[in-house]
Amino acid sequence: MTITDRRAREEDRPASRLRTGLLAVGTLAVLVPLVFAVLMALKTDRQAASGSGFDLPSPLELGNFRTAWELTDFPRAFAVSLLISVVAVAGQLIVSSLAAYAIARNWDRRLFRWSYFYLLAAMFIPFPVVALPQVKLTSMVGLDNPLGVAVLHILFGISFNILLYTAFLRSIPYELEESARIDGCSTWQTFWKLIFPLLAPMNATVGIFAFLMSWNDFMMPSMIIGDPSMQTIPVVQKIFQLKFSSNYNVAFASYLMAMAPTLLAYLFAQRWVMSGVTRGAIK
Amino acid sequence: MSAPAITRPGPERAATPPPDPGGPRRRRRGAERTYYLMLIPAVLLFTVFITMTGLVGMFYSFTDYAGFGDWEFVGLSNYTSMLGDSRILESYGFTLWFAVVTTVVVNAVALLLAIGLGGRIRWKTGLRGVYFIPMVISGIVIAYVFNHLFSNAVPALATHLGWEAGQTSLLANESWAWLAVVIVTAWQATPSAMIIYLAGLMAVPKDIYEAAELDGAGPWRRFRSITFPLLIGYVVINTILGFKGFLNAYDIIVGLTGGGPGTATMSVAMTIFGGFEDGEYAFQMANAVVFFLFTAGVSLLQLLFVRNREVNLS
Repeated sequence: MTITDRRAREEDRPASRLRTGLLAVGTLAVLVPLVFAVLMALKTDRQAASGSGFDLPSPLELGNFRTAWELTDFPRAFAVSLLISVVAVAGQLIVSSLAAYAIARNWDRRLFRWSYFYLLAAMFIPFPVVALPQVKLTSMVGLDNPLGVAVLHILFGISFNILLYTAFLRSIPYELEESARIDGCSTWQTFWKLIFPLLAPMNATVGIFAFLMSWNDFMMPSMIIGDPSMQTIPVVQKIFQLKFSSNYNVAFASYLMAMAPTLLAYLFAQRWVMSGVTRGAIK
Repeated sequence: MSAPAITRPGPERAATPPPDPGGPRRRRRGAERTYYLMLIPAVLLFTVFITMTGLVGMFYSFTDYAGFGDWEFVGLSNYTSMLGDSRILESYGFTLWFAVVTTVVVNAVALLLAIGLGGRIRWKTGLRGVYFIPMVISGIVIAYVFNHLFSNAVPALATHLGWEAGQTSLLANESWAWLAVVIVTAWQATPSAMIIYLAGLMAVPKDIYEAAELDGAGPWRRFRSITFPLLIGYVVINTILGFKGFLNAYDIIVGLTGGGPGTATMSVAMTIFGGFEDGEYAFQMANAVVFFLFTAGVSLLQLLFVRNREVNLS
């Protein structure tokens, strides 16, 4: 009997079937809110305002998406969110990996060791603690904009990233670097040509977390960005609570559009994302 | 079905930091200048934006600064008036209660799901894929969706079914609105806790279970005597990480209840952010300092607890 046969047989045992069944039913907890959002987004104004919302939309109203697109000025919000995420991801990758490398290779020097614990201390400083003076500071130095939000994301990510990177750097044999140096590489070149590529799996993990954090965040942009027309996708959704609070169908079309980018990225790169976040968990 | 990518621990799996002293090279000269240049951006940014900013904010907590204009020193009066401010005290009460309940709920659900998804089941990749979805969705957006579910859809369904208690919105119920915040937060936070448990389960050798099964141990016994003790370290990680995050509750509350009804679901973060309204800057900065001491204290207590625990286990 091959292993596959045995495995298939075990999957068919009543206990396994029951377990699969329970887990399948459990996915409703995840799927119901999402399906509900889709049903609402496709309804007409009148349908959306009556009943529980779980009834099937008829006729289908696809115009909600266009209305939502215009009301939230989706392209602009999308561009702002994208700018923040790109800068935050690139910044977290570069700043954290450089610092982690310098620390890991100079662990016997007090300054570097202290820097490590100093940067790690940020884990104990949540954003709300420093939010008020940060709002003041960013507006004083002209960073009360998406760029300022990206900088703050880079900072608040440093401690966790450095933890991940230094743990990973330990597993890279020093002999590799030694040979690069014998070939005449400077420290800088060694880092970019040898170490950074070797860090690829951790870069993926750090990048995924940095992207999800910065793309989905509401707290920082809503506090830091002064100009309402420069707000991110999650923040612009609040117009449906304030100005257009009775257009449920349009609001849901907008929520779906807000969820779509990360959801689609996840669906297409599921395996990669899952292995990336698992790597973060194992550390 | 092939083993999904998640079951591969990867060659990089390493023990805990701090990192070791950079291989065999232990020169006693000063470090190369390049290393300083690599470290400086992180330390400098961190110092300017977090350390200095935090200290400046702390400084203002001893003044009557309104967020603009002149200010004077007022000593500790911001701190003492916090003690008499029921709004502040209630926000701490709510935040702590919310964080404790959510930590328990998230860990229980995540552990259950991880055990289910880690076992021999059909459609493993697909089921895992679905359970991971909440992790990639924005907290405030899903809170808006649940807001509508709680305040419109559920009451409409309850009316249809003749279920009296469900006809008023959970979000309008002063004594139970916190439950809605817990539900939505748990919905979103469970996947990341589940990932950690799945990683932990991978490290449990399978033959132990087979041996236990041969010895006649039922599923509950196997969980209690094998799975749980072996996962205790992961429970600790999840509790610490989760609790720390839940203390900062903000996004989901804004989308769900806005702190209401009344101030029933006002978290500490929400009250602090109100510092620019009503010229409460200095007062809310005092609140922020207390909140910092509070979260740092909680984290330290947890770490001490873990340390003692480790001694006991060994």
